[in-house]
Amino acid sequence: MSRLSIIPKLKRRKILDAIASGKRMDGRGLEEYREISVRRGVVEKAEGSAEARIGDTWVVAGVKIEIGEPFEDTPDEGILVCSADFAPVASPTFEPGPPDEASIELARVVDRGIRSSDALSLKDLCLIPGRKVYVIYIDLCILNHAGNLLDAASLAAVAALMEAKKPIYEVRDGEVYPTGEVEPLKLRRLPIAVSMAKIGDVIVLDPTFDEEEVMDTRITVTVDEEGNVCAVQKSGPQGLSVEEIWKAIEIAVNKAPMLREKLEAAL
Amino acid sequence: MSEEKWRRVDGRAWNELRPIKIESGVLPNADGSAYIEMGRNKIIVAVYGPREMHPKHLAKPDMAVLRCRYHMSPFSTHPRRSPGPSRRDTEIGMVMRYALEPAIFLERFPRATIDVYAEVLQADGGTRCASITAAAVALVDAGIPMRDLVAACAAGKIEGHIILDLNDHEDKYGEADVPVAYMPRLDRVTLLQMDGVLHPDELRRCIELAIEGCQHIYELQREALKRKYEEVVEEVKEGE
Repeated sequence: MSRLSIIPKLKRRKILDAIASGKRMDGRGLEEYREISVRRGVVEKAEGSAEARIGDTWVVAGVKIEIGEPFEDTPDEGILVCSADFAPVASPTFEPGPPDEASIELARVVDRGIRSSDALSLKDLCLIPGRKVYVIYIDLCILNHAGNLLDAASLAAVAALMEAKKPIYEVRDGEVYPTGEVEPLKLRRLPIAVSMAKIGDVIVLDPTFDEEEVMDTRITVTVDEEGNVCAVQKSGPQGLSVEEIWKAIEIAVNKAPMLREKLEAAL
Repeated sequence: MSEEKWRRVDGRAWNELRPIKIESGVLPNADGSAYIEMGRNKIIVAVYGPREMHPKHLAKPDMAVLRCRYHMSPFSTHPRRSPGPSRRDTEIGMVMRYALEPAIFLERFPRATIDVYAEVLQADGGTRCASITAAAVALVDAGIPMRDLVAACAAGKIEGHIILDLNDHEDKYGEADVPVAYMPRLDRVTLLQMDGVLHPDELRRCIELAIEGCQHIYELQREALKRKYEEVVEEVKEGE
């Protein structure tokens, strides 16, 4: 940390100068995404899978579906579990080991968008109340970290859910038996996470790795089809003015439809 | 029903905070500490430092590192929660750090660490905000130079009504929860999260309402800090 923390300070100057001229280091405008692509069905053994790329950032999401016991306080609801692995393949800064703060946050913010927007009806994922429910695991695997992991992870997670198929069970005498048939998970919403970085006095969309290293703070706003906000996360060591927050919400609401098109067009 | 007449589960008006009690300097061993009751939330926060960082490789050569640990006691909720750190605890520790960091002159203490430990004894919705509010008081109590205090509270929506300072019931059954931390003097939002569904205009109203709540809590934080020194002054007078 100590050796790495000096270099971003030097980089910050250059990045700030570029932003002041209205252009970023990679030539993008301030409110412009890098090239986005989403591809579904990349892992056959998963019940649903997808990869999302934003520039050089590359995330794969896999959905696995099992049967488990419901939580005590929600006996008639299925369970959604979202976790993220910052695999050491993805960056020289990642080390093998248990999930750190950043990967826990990533998984929890992706989870929050899906859960809050009611994308999955958890009530429809109950087989025997209090005893048997579907457990939907969304596992996020980061393959290359080039900044803005959150938006890529969120795209990959939702795309994987879109094509996920759950096994159909027959309930007989208080037990469940597999029928060998499958049916699609019903996805009711497509929540879209839009992340921005505040660098100096400027808000930039879709920050790169370098921009994230020097940013004052990040703000992620997740938006549903109706233009409603279904998750917000401010993450970073500096504060935001209310004007900056209003601006971030506006940018997110405006940009989300473009990302949703990529999601719907994904093969 | 008009917003004036409508009442919440605990009888509060839409824009009413729960009763808040803040006390500073409650832990003899800590360099700074604070205790907060916000409704039925009971949280104690200790600050240790600035002190030497262990392990050393985590130290920064040009500034202090702030570390925050948020922890809920097993008996703080129903049902009992496992005493080990949950993913939620880890995330809250992180957002607490981001909420408090901008207020502290960390550059005054290179290579050091400032450790903030929040222990939730009883939880009733809004523990992260109450923890931040108490932590800011504890940091001042520890004598750490600060640019501003940080006050925090949530706003949200239940049954279509925008409300201030959600309790546990409102958090669970409401439509949305927006925790906010705010530095009143610098006019900056340092914690902002949201879950649930809100129209962008409603989200703005929630943030504005939460900031009003924070401004009120800020006054209570100042009073708590002053009170401790008034007590010291009185003790000195009595001794003379």
